[in-house]
Order: sequence, then structure tokens, then C-alpha cells
Amino acid sequence: MDTLLDVRDLHVEFRTRDGVAKAVNGVNYSVNAGETLAVLGESGSGKSVTAQAVMGILDSPPGHITRGRIFFQGADLLSLHREARRQLRGARMAMIFQDALSALNPVLSVGAQLGEMFVVHRGLSRRDARARAVELMDRVRIPAAKERVGDYPHQFSGGMRQRIMIAMAMALEPDLIIADEPTTALDVTVQAQVMELLAELQREMHMGLILITHDLGVVADVADKIAVMYAGRIVETAPVHEIYKAPAHPYTKGLLDSIPRLDQKGQELYAIKGLPPSLLRIPPGCAFNPRCPMAQEVCRTDEPPLYEVAPHRASACHFWKETLDG
Amino acid sequence: MPEQLEQPNGRTSADAVGNAGAGGAMEFAATEAASIGQATAPSARARSLWSDAWHDLRRNPIFIVSALLILFLVLIAIWPQLIASGNPLACDINKSQLGPAPGHPFGFDTQGCDVYTRTVYGARASVTVGVCATAGAALLGSILGGFAGFFGGWWDALLSRVSDIFFGIPIILGGLVFLSVVTNTTVWPVVGFIVLLGWPQIARIARGAVITAKQNDYVQAARALGAGPARMLLRHIAPNAIAPVIVVATIALGTYISLEATLSFLGVGLKPPTVSWGIDISSASTQIRDAPHMLLWPAAALSVTVLAFIMLGDAVRDALDPKLR
Amino acid sequence: MAEAVLQVRGLVKHFPLTRGIVFKKQIGAVRAVDGVDFDLFQGETLGIVGESGCGKSTVAKLLMRLEEPTAGRILFKGEDITRLSGKALKAVRRNIQMVFQDPYTSLNPRMTVGDIIGEPFEIHPEAAPKGDRRRKVQDLLDVVGLNPEYINRYPHQFSGGQRQRIGIARGLALNPEIIICDEPVSALDVSVQAQVINLMTRLQKEFDLSYIFIAHDLSIVRHISDRVGVMYLGRIVELGNEEQIYEHPTHPYTQALLSAVPVPDPEARERRERIILAGDVPSPANIPSGCRFRTRCWKAQDKCVTEVPPLAVPPALREVGGPAAHESACHFAAERDCAPAGG
Repeated sequence: MDTLLDVRDLHVEFRTRDGVAKAVNGVNYSVNAGETLAVLGESGSGKSVTAQAVMGILDSPPGHITRGRIFFQGADLLSLHREARRQLRGARMAMIFQDALSALNPVLSVGAQLGEMFVVHRGLSRRDARARAVELMDRVRIPAAKERVGDYPHQFSGGMRQRIMIAMAMALEPDLIIADEPTTALDVTVQAQVMELLAELQREMHMGLILITHDLGVVADVADKIAVMYAGRIVETAPVHEIYKAPAHPYTKGLLDSIPRLDQKGQELYAIKGLPPSLLRIPPGCAFNPRCPMAQEVCRTDEPPLYEVAPHRASACHFWKETLDG
Repeated sequence: MPEQLEQPNGRTSADAVGNAGAGGAMEFAATEAASIGQATAPSARARSLWSDAWHDLRRNPIFIVSALLILFLVLIAIWPQLIASGNPLACDINKSQLGPAPGHPFGFDTQGCDVYTRTVYGARASVTVGVCATAGAALLGSILGGFAGFFGGWWDALLSRVSDIFFGIPIILGGLVFLSVVTNTTVWPVVGFIVLLGWPQIARIARGAVITAKQNDYVQAARALGAGPARMLLRHIAPNAIAPVIVVATIALGTYISLEATLSFLGVGLKPPTVSWGIDISSASTQIRDAPHMLLWPAAALSVTVLAFIMLGDAVRDALDPKLR
Repeated sequence: MAEAVLQVRGLVKHFPLTRGIVFKKQIGAVRAVDGVDFDLFQGETLGIVGESGCGKSTVAKLLMRLEEPTAGRILFKGEDITRLSGKALKAVRRNIQMVFQDPYTSLNPRMTVGDIIGEPFEIHPEAAPKGDRRRKVQDLLDVVGLNPEYINRYPHQFSGGQRQRIGIARGLALNPEIIICDEPVSALDVSVQAQVINLMTRLQKEFDLSYIFIAHDLSIVRHISDRVGVMYLGRIVELGNEEQIYEHPTHPYTQALLSAVPVPDPEARERRERIILAGDVPSPANIPSGCRFRTRCWKAQDKCVTEVPPLAVPPALREVGGPAAHESACHFAAERDCAPAGG
């Protein structure tokens, strides 16, 4: 299979008034065409910052990529000229945001915003672009697309707006889609509709999909493989089936254990103690050590590398064997 | 304690990145920024909005320059004798329109008065009008606007219409009509007029700020506890709604000073023997070809003063209300 | 059965839609809460689930008397609190408190933690003598698992989970009997949610509290609730104990809702049968006639257009008995296999 995107040893920091926040500290991941990678993490884990670095939409300053490389279809994105990267965005890689209402321009009709893609990247006339916009809206199953193409974002419901965002991302048939919490703001029943649509379009167009989320349920539903992030590092990667059966990192295990389960009804939920660390002061050694039930002396001094646990599985824990065995 | 506590782990100080939002990193990657702030332990420093704003202001050169200028202006408004020894009303008609002379660096005006002394003494009128009018308008506006925002309903509707009416009055025309019938030569009629036309602007801001603050859950929480309207307004809403009012009032101060000068220029503001830059500019304007120095100094003083207050307002706004930037 | 501390009968809240500024003319109404009935028993947790716009947060505000109901009664130990005002209302407020959703807007940023938690005592001076308050506030901080030395800090110095604990401490200050929790953990990180849920469960036992737990996260509601009510467009469409609702739902909306929840188990992906509902929730300003769910329901028939199904145990299911026999507002209520959420 072709590797579509390959992120290697990426480091991003934010230089702020109060110090340097190390948002991403050596992230490695890759996505193949037609594959879905779920990046799972809590707020502050660096999952969105990594995506912004890949897309080239990191705000700089204060954000700086200090180390690492990002290969997209073999080309090193970080050495590309700004204009060349702009050409890639939208056409070859696209992004779907959590909040569709603020990601769409409120004073332009959705038809105009969808058509814009074709005008800018494909040089179509306004009229042809509008026709393509209607086609796209049909494709993401917006009812009465022809009548609604002139409507403004606020006239659509949350689910419909997210469909428009998806239509926009898909417009130029990109090879890679990054979806940052695409359904977090939506209701459960609408969430299901949108995820299904996204998965279907991905299959049809054989795209790579990076799904950024904090929801273990969504991940289990659609992902092929998963990367769990904590304090700017990937702590575990694995094919999705295996990680739910037997996590190899205590953080992943803690997350899975804290999901309410039937047989625990009325009992105390398992809770990971403490708080995620401040990115200004990441603990030395393993960043998870202050919260980890298995932490030993070595965890406070040595940062664990990503150990290969099994083929296509890795865990950044000194005690991955013990964790795997439960 | 039973379950795991979220005790701070000794690594303190880290509302940091969250706070940086106010400081200058608004452009910080949106999603993660909020979260980095969230993922932090309590800090040792207690920073309230005011101390945070002060922290920003002290580092802002615009604030330092304008604050020093204003301090200087206020000082000479109170004690003009500090830098001017003469009497602004002691004039010698023989020296009419003469240029600079020893002891009289700015020359003389048509009446033969010393332009330097008059310019220095003019600060008093401007600063008095500016400060008093702003205080009056801010007080009246924030009380009326605050009540309108808090109680809503017909009180709000009535107040909004009334303030629309005042907004509709052209300020110069209004000044010409109202003030031309006034014979009092003190600054108070002018102050009163500016307050009368200035409060709706403050009221609008105050009303909006109160409505925003009112919607916060902590106000609902206080209500749920059984708090009365006075407690909600004074303890929960006012402290959270005052910042935008202060910002607008500071900027308004500069414009009120220039408004006073404009009215005085038109002959309906302050009247002689009060010493005012507006009056001096007015009387000098007819002689601009023959004696430009008569116009130059009071006009420059006026511009610098207005600029100082507007710059101060800008700096205060940046510090108090980063969202407005 | 335990005593009902709170009885809600025919609760309605309509927000009028008006046009015009001076002469307001009502052109319609948003029927946010449109006839809600339930009981809350001593010491239990009643979960209320539903999607955004279903009126669950408005129910919370009505119970707190933060909004005035358009119609209906709220009986606290037999006394109708919708009629109360002034002193009598203030006295009732001591017994019903609330934990808010957003830990960032529910604490006044200009007040210290001590002032925030101590405010209930200032409003109700009879609850604690003045000299005693500081110690009480510190006790409360300790009860919710925060360091009592934090009393002089400001809210922004705390994380979301810690702020939520402060909000809970404020709610506990007056020793209420009922706490209404409006999405208390949905703004928190996954790893912190469990901590707060555990705290709430512990406090319930310790202080014999009754909870109304409003949330959209079905698995958390299941974990904490004894009984669950499912809301759709301003009404409770199904009400039963936790097992009845999650294992034996009979209302099509509940079934769709449960089937849509993503399950953290990749194996279940292939097994489960999802009901993907068509379309969006109708606007509460324009509620469909008859059964309000009929526009998205695959079972809808003519009867559903004309007749409003009551919230009652459907006669057909009553005969059969068993866990399916619980209140369900559907003309064609029936069990159907669907993968349980959070199971």
C-alpha cells in the first residue's frame, strides 16, 4: 500500500509570554490511501496542533515547528514553498473542523463558498462553479440542494452545516482528509448520520482519513488504526481491534477502564488520578508517570521510546509487557 | 480522601498559556490553546483581570507616553503657576500680535496677551470639562444602561428609544441651540450639555455589557441560591460589566475635550474671561495669515491633549478587552 | 417505595415569539417544554437524556425557578413551589440546588473560591453563624476533594475538573435535598469525567441526596441513574428504570438513540444494527401534530398524525408484563433488538 502521509519526529512549540509550551514532542505517524487513522487524545494532547502542522495552518508566531519532517506523497512539505503548500491545501489535502458555523463565512451563501473552491483551484466560471456546488450538496445528501444553494450557513441545522463542511473538503477530491472532532458538536443521532456519510465518501474516493477525536466510541466505529496521544507524544499505536482488547499503555488502559460498563453499575468508576500536565512543564521521564499506577523509578528519569509490541503495534511504556498482561 | 484527588502537583504557575490569550497570543491555535490552559495546575500567582491588565499596561509604551502626558496636563490644570508665572488676563494691547520675545516664547495675541501663559492656563478648562463631562456621562449612562440591561422589558424599550432620540440630535446644532441661550460663563453649562448628549453612548455599552454578564451561569447560580437583585447586580454583574464602560469612557474623554473646543470656537461653549484653547483658536483664526503663531500653540496643545486621552483609551482597551482588538 | 421528594405535573414552558418593538405582537411560541410529568424519589438519581433542543435544560431551569413555567406544578414534598415567591421561595431554594454544565462560566471570575462557596451563607445567614463560615467553606472544599488552602484563589487558577468541584461545593453548602445536575461532566476531559462522577456518587450516599442528572451522554447516565426519562421535543417519551430503558426500550426514538451511540468496541461494529434516523429534529416552534416523533419515525401511521400518544404503560405491553412494561409514549410501542449502549 502507498504511504500517503508520513509524519516523522515532529516537534511543535508555542512561545508565549509565560514560557515555551511544548505542544508536540516527537510525533510519528503514517496514513495510507484508503485508510482511517484515529488520533485519540484529550485537550492539550497535541492532536490538533499536529494536524495543523500537517495542513500548514499553524499560527506562527506563536507556533513553531522546531524539528521533524512531514512527507506527503513523497514530498517533504516543510521544505516546500509557501505558495506550493497553499496549492496543496483544499486540492490534495483538506480539513473538516469541529465547529462548522464558525468555519463557514456567515455572509456568503453556501453555494458561493462551495463554488469558490472550483473558481480558485480549477478556474471554472461562476456559473459552472455553482452547478458543481449543487452536485456536491446532492452528494452529501442535503435535501433540495438546488433550492438551498443560495442559502446562508445560519439557515442550516448543525448536521447540515457539517455536511456542507464535508462537501467543501471533498470538492476537489483530495487524497487526504483531516477531520478534527467532526461530530463532537452534534447530537448523537445526527452524529451517526455524519460519520456514516464521511466513511462512505472515504471508501468511494479511496482517501486517507485522519480522524482526530477524544471519543473512544467513535474511534471503535470507524478507524482502522489508532494513535493515542498524551502530552504531545504518541504513547501507543495499534490496529483498532487489538487496542481495545489489550491496551499496551497504562494511559490507554485507564481511558478504556474509565468508560462506564454494565457490570460496574453502582460501583465506583475507574478514574485516572490527577490532571494532564501543563505543556509548559512536562514531567521528566515518562510524561504520564505522575498519574500512572505502574510508575517506577525508571519512569521518572528515562523517557520511554516507542517499543515495538507486535507487528504494527508500539507502546511508549517501560512496562508494556506488564500492561499487556493486564 | 477517598478517590483520587486533583491535587496540584507542585508544578504551579500555569494558567499561563490560558492567560496568554489576553496577553497577545490570541492567535494561538484555537482549540489547543483553550485546552492547554485547562490542562494546568493552579498557579501560585493570583491574577485578577485588573492586575493582568496592569501587567499589560506597564509594558505598553503607548500607555506610558500618554499617561505621562496626561499626568503633566492634570498637574498644570491644577497648578498652572508651576510653569507659567504670568497672568493670562493681563494683556497689553500695544503688544498685539507680536512674535516671540524674551520671556514670551510663544508671542502675543490680538489683545496683547501672552500666548504661552494663555495656552498653559487653557489646560484647566479643557481638563475640567473633559473629566467632569466624562464622569457625569459615565455615571448617568452606566446607571441607566445597567438598569435597562438588567431589568429589560418596558424600561429597556423606553430607555432605548430615549437614547435614540439623543443620538439623533446633531451635536453642533444642539450646542448652538441649547448653549446660545445660556449666559453663565462657567464651565458647567458646557459640562451639562456634553453629559446630556454623551450618556446614551455609555448607556448602550453598559446595557450590552450587563446583558452579556447577566447570561453567565454564575448569575443564575446566585439566583438559584436565592440572591436578590441588588446582590446579583452589585456583586456579580457590575464587576464583570465595568471594563467596557471604562474603555469607552476613556476614549470619550478625548472627544469631549475637542467638543468643548469646538463649541467654544463657535462662541457657544466657554466664554471669556474663561481661558480656553477653543476661544483662543477662534479669535486667532481670523488672523491666521498675519499671525499664525496665535493659532499654532493652542491648537497644538489641544491636539496633543486629545491624542493623549485617545491613546490612553486605546491602551486601556487593549489591556482590558482583548476581544475588541 | 421511597417517598417522592419532587413531583412534576404537566410542566409547560412556552417562549413567546414576538414581532415589533413597542407594540409587541405574539406570532407564535417556542414550545421548549410541552407537558412533562415525573416523580423524583428520596435518594435516587433520575437521569434525563435527550438531544440538544429537547428541552431538558429548560426543565432544569424551571425546577430551579430560574424560569417561570407557563403551566404545570412542581411539588416539593407536596408543596407547589411554582406559586411561591419572596421569603417562602428563598426557603425552598435551600433544598434544591444546581450544578451547572460549564465550569468556566458558572463561577464568578472576580470572586475567590472562598467567596463563591461562602456566598450561600451570606444569602442565607441562618444557615451558618458568621464566625463559622470560613471553617465550613474549608470543610466543603475538603469534601469535594480540593485542598482547603485554596480558599483565597480565583477560579481561573483551577482546571475544569477542579472548577466543577468548586461548583459542587457551592451546591452542597446549604445541605440541599435535591441537586439538579445539568450536563455536569460534558465539558470535562474523558479522564477527569470519571473522577467527578465518582465524587457525585459518593456525595449522594454521604448526604442522602436526590439527583436529577441531565445529560446527553447515554453511557454516563446509565452508570449513575436509577431511573431514566428520554426527552424529545419538550416531552418525556419514555420513562422507566435503567434496565427497562437501556435493555428493553419500546419507544422508536429511544431505540434509535441507543443504536446511534458509538460503542467503544470495534467487534460490535459488524454485529450491531444501526437505526439511522432521517432528517433533523423539527423546530420546537413548529411541533408536528399528533406524535411529535412521527416525522422521523419508521413506524408512523395515520393514527400518529391525529392522536397524541400519552406517556403511560402501553396496554399491549402491560398484558405481557416484564421489563418492557413501562411508560412509553408510542401508539406502537414494542421491543426491538438493539445493541445496548455503554455495555
